[in-house]
Amino acid sequence: MTDATMTAPAQAKKKPAGRPSTVALLFNNTLATVGLVIVALICLTALAAPFLPLPDPDVTAPANRLMPVFSDDHLLGTDHLGRDLLSRLIWGTRVSLAVGLSATVIAAFFGSLLGLVAGYAGGRVDTLIMRGIDMVMAFPYILLALAIVAVLGPGLLNALYAIALVNIPFFARNIRGITLGLSRREFVDAAKLAGKSPPQILFIEILPNVLPVIVITMSTTVGWMVLETAGLSFLGLGAQPPQADLGSMLGEGRKILFTAPHVSIIPGLMIFALVMSINLLGDGIRDILDPRLRAGSLSRPVARTKVIRDPKDIPPPSIEPGVLDIRDMRTEFQIGGSVYKAVGGVDLHLKKGECLGIIGESGSGKSVTAMSVMGLVPTPPGRIVGGAAYLNGEDLFGASDKRVRDLRGGSVAYVFQDPLSTLHPLFTVGDQLLEAIQAHQPLRGPKAKEKAIELLSLVRIPNAPERLAAYPHELSGGMRQRVCIAMALANDAKVLIADEPTTALDVTVQSQILTLMNGLRRERNAAILFITHDFGVVSAICDRVAVMYAGRIVETGTTAELMENPQHPYTAKLIDCVPVLGQPERRTDAIEGRPPVVNNLPDGCAFADRCPRVQAVCRTGQIDLEMANETRGVRCLFPMNMEPRDVKTS
Amino acid sequence: MSKHPETASGTLLSISDVERVFGGERKLFGGQTPAVHAVQNISLDVRKGETLGVVGESGCGKSTLARLIVGLDSPTGGTIHFDGEDLSELAKTDRRTLARKVQYVFQDPVASLNPRKTIQTILEAPLKHLTKLNKEGRKKRLEELLGAVNLAPEFLERYPHEFSGGQAQRIGIARALAAGPELIVLDEPVSALDVSVQAQVLNLLDDLKNRFGLTYIFISHDLSVVESVSDHVAVMYFGRLAELGPARDIFAKPMHPYTDLLMRSAPAPGRHDLLAEDASAELPDPYNPPPGCAFSARCAYRTEKCLANRPSANETVGCNASHFAACYHPLASA
Ligand SMILES: Nc1ncnc2c1ncn2[C@@H]1O[C@H](COP(=O)(O)OP(=O)(O)OP(=O)(O)O)[C@@H](O)[C@H]1O
Ligand code: SF4
Ligand code: SF4
Ligand SMILES: [Mg+2]
Repeated sequence: MTDATMTAPAQAKKKPAGRPSTVALLFNNTLATVGLVIVALICLTALAAPFLPLPDPDVTAPANRLMPVFSDDHLLGTDHLGRDLLSRLIWGTRVSLAVGLSATVIAAFFGSLLGLVAGYAGGRVDTLIMRGIDMVMAFPYILLALAIVAVLGPGLLNALYAIALVNIPFFARNIRGITLGLSRREFVDAAKLAGKSPPQILFIEILPNVLPVIVITMSTTVGWMVLETAGLSFLGLGAQPPQADLGSMLGEGRKILFTAPHVSIIPGLMIFALVMSINLLGDGIRDILDPRLRAGSLSRPVARTKVIRDPKDIPPPSIEPGVLDIRDMRTEFQIGGSVYKAVGGVDLHLKKGECLGIIGESGSGKSVTAMSVMGLVPTPPGRIVGGAAYLNGEDLFGASDKRVRDLRGGSVAYVFQDPLSTLHPLFTVGDQLLEAIQAHQPLRGPKAKEKAIELLSLVRIPNAPERLAAYPHELSGGMRQRVCIAMALANDAKVLIADEPTTALDVTVQSQILTLMNGLRRERNAAILFITHDFGVVSAICDRVAVMYAGRIVETGTTAELMENPQHPYTAKLIDCVPVLGQPERRTDAIEGRPPVVNNLPDGCAFADRCPRVQAVCRTGQIDLEMANETRGVRCLFPMNMEPRDVKTS
Repeated sequence: MSKHPETASGTLLSISDVERVFGGERKLFGGQTPAVHAVQNISLDVRKGETLGVVGESGCGKSTLARLIVGLDSPTGGTIHFDGEDLSELAKTDRRTLARKVQYVFQDPVASLNPRKTIQTILEAPLKHLTKLNKEGRKKRLEELLGAVNLAPEFLERYPHEFSGGQAQRIGIARALAAGPELIVLDEPVSALDVSVQAQVLNLLDDLKNRFGLTYIFISHDLSVVESVSDHVAVMYFGRLAELGPARDIFAKPMHPYTDLLMRSAPAPGRHDLLAEDASAELPDPYNPPPGCAFSARCAYRTEKCLANRPSANETVGCNASHFAACYHPLASA
């Protein structure tokens, strides 16, 4: 069989389907490794069949018929015609594997091609192809295969065609979906503008991005195809006597199942081992290639961030703690061999009705700071490794899971940048508000509904009673964000943590939301931790600001003081590059370079490489956030408009 | 609706009465799918060497207009002429010729780069398909391009995900520059970037414009950024032009109440008093547009006339004859 050679390259291609780390990841998965080892053993044996000292599998010897397992010369015994079972098993496996794999390759090739073309061309071509596919899928699967073989006549090759054909729709549908999504991506437009023709775009730009999905689909279907080949042969429609394949061996053994069970049990076990190990391996490959399943990239945290801190080293609350008091909080991500210190010792405190802004460049650790407070950082890879967060004196990191669940959405509520990630698309605004209310309050029926209407009016949504029945997609971005704020306020939150709540909104809507939040905190005396990257927004709403850089606070102060008289060179530069309306000539300076990666922070000041005032001492030792008074502090040895610190080189 | 004189000297791009309707196709069993006018009655000229800023809220048709100008989409009405040639026709018959002249920079710098290609492959594509350069020539041009956008040559071997937003946007700009275009449409080129990086990219764009004599159409929702880059500004609302004119005039003396609203809502460092509209101020329903001025629901100056009739794009002409506003009761009219 020429097809038998396909075994090797197909197997070999699967393993390194990506960067070297992929192989390492595969070996990390025990089940997949077991699968891989079994598959490899079976394939190697099948491949080596011609070189093994095996008797001819098709030579009959009626004198030796139905010899049991472990007889002399016949390790696995013989069948009803006296043929050596071991030899037939190995040769038969070879045939089954070859047919199963070839069918997979054929189905993958044509199915993917159809899917790619349908997904990319869209419109009429798509409709035509997909209706055709639907028609094939309308027939019961095995019936169709039987019908095809019935028309073409029994035989291994025809069985192969039949199995390939019935599997084409599966590939076509999968690939079409992916292609459709990719065709709308900006890089496809970019390729058009680079002068590429449609086939070039399809096969050079899109195909490489679809390839992992094709491999995943192949690796998860190959086992089934081997099984289907065996099925057709079992029914006498595949391999024809005397040729051995696993299915036909099973079929021949069936008639003497009770007198000589080993004749059918042996190929049965082989089918089981083969399909099982291929599927284990396939699942492993899928897990590795499908980025959604990779640990740590799940965007929605599930339970609660793990806290691993030294119980002897828990910082006490501040003297004047306020509502929320964060002390030396440290959060890390362990990814592979390196540790990313996303938050490296942050102190913050919030009084009643106060709004504190956290500002910094992307990746400076603002969001992780916000999420750590209520344990919303996903574990793994995240974990809190030190410090404490006190809510009215209660240590949140030490509290029980139940207590934290009660506080979430109760005393402490979050508002995120993207309202759609908070709102469930399939439930009405009213349902979701009711749920938020009832999770913490014993309100039922009309009372709860009243409360929901009250909340919607509170965030100034016009005709609130009608809006309860609206679905999130029926509301504008600004309206959705108002609903999220209403949900956050449902249970009289004492602290509102808002992570860039207006970044995705238009300026006009942003000013509405900011005004709303400002009014609400005055009316309800709630404290707000407001995360943003926009100094304009800070000016509009925050009483105090903390500037974050590489996971630490580098400067803090009241908004007015900090904006008028920045002391840290980073703050000054950051304010300088904000474009201001009415000052078109202002934009001159940019901060060159970029922030250090937090898995490899330099000694001393993290800003040293970009700082115009840097001196040699800046690169040594630990630089503290030195507080001039209760609100004002800077983490710099040579702050601006100030005497330099006494530098003790330690 | 009257057009602007197309013969004006130095006009590179001339858009007249352009419209793009989505939907509205005939259904299988009679009737029509609902239609949305993404862009309507847009007429404007872009002179060679200038920067036209386009501002407006999300969904006002900025990106649709941009896609029409680069030929990724074609208008359902009106015409776009580039250097006297029908651009939409060119996009259909000879997209490569068009791509040599007009290029595009995308909003999301990382999403516009194919995740599975190295920067080298990405930047070589336009050189291969749009220029006649041979291998040597391409190599030289690639070095020039990287130099122009301040990137180190060792970046060529890397993949897009290894870049920060600012670096990725430089690559996007280098790709747009590759074939030596005359006009570049920049669709929110700095919106996804940190302010610190935003300034770098804006300075780079300025520099490239002077060096290569480029013309820009700069789309953004950030007024302060638009003010700092534009010679002319078009303010869009609900698919139409609300105001059009020299940047200086528009920012000094906005005539349309919407422009004024935008300016007063923009937060700025040191500014505490944000103007906030009523919550009921919502965009009109695109499937069911109001008969009169689309801004009337949010406008403090509206009259009966505004509700009944729609002001034309050049309803009011400012002190400067090239300053227009689609409003019956402009704020600072002469
Ligand atoms: N789930 C995660 N897994 C691994 N690393 C993470 C994860 N979430 C955040 N990080 C890392 O933590 C650091 C801080 O990220 P964070 O999201 O807090 O930044 P940010 O200041 O909120 O930035 P942005 O302005 O972009 O929202 C970054 O280096 C980031 O890569
Ligand atoms: S400590 Fe030194 S390097 Fe760091 S910000 Fe201050 S002056 Fe610059
Ligand atoms: S036309 Fe009337 S409603 Fe429209 S913007 Fe002008 S004043 Fe306002
Ligand atoms: Mg963030």
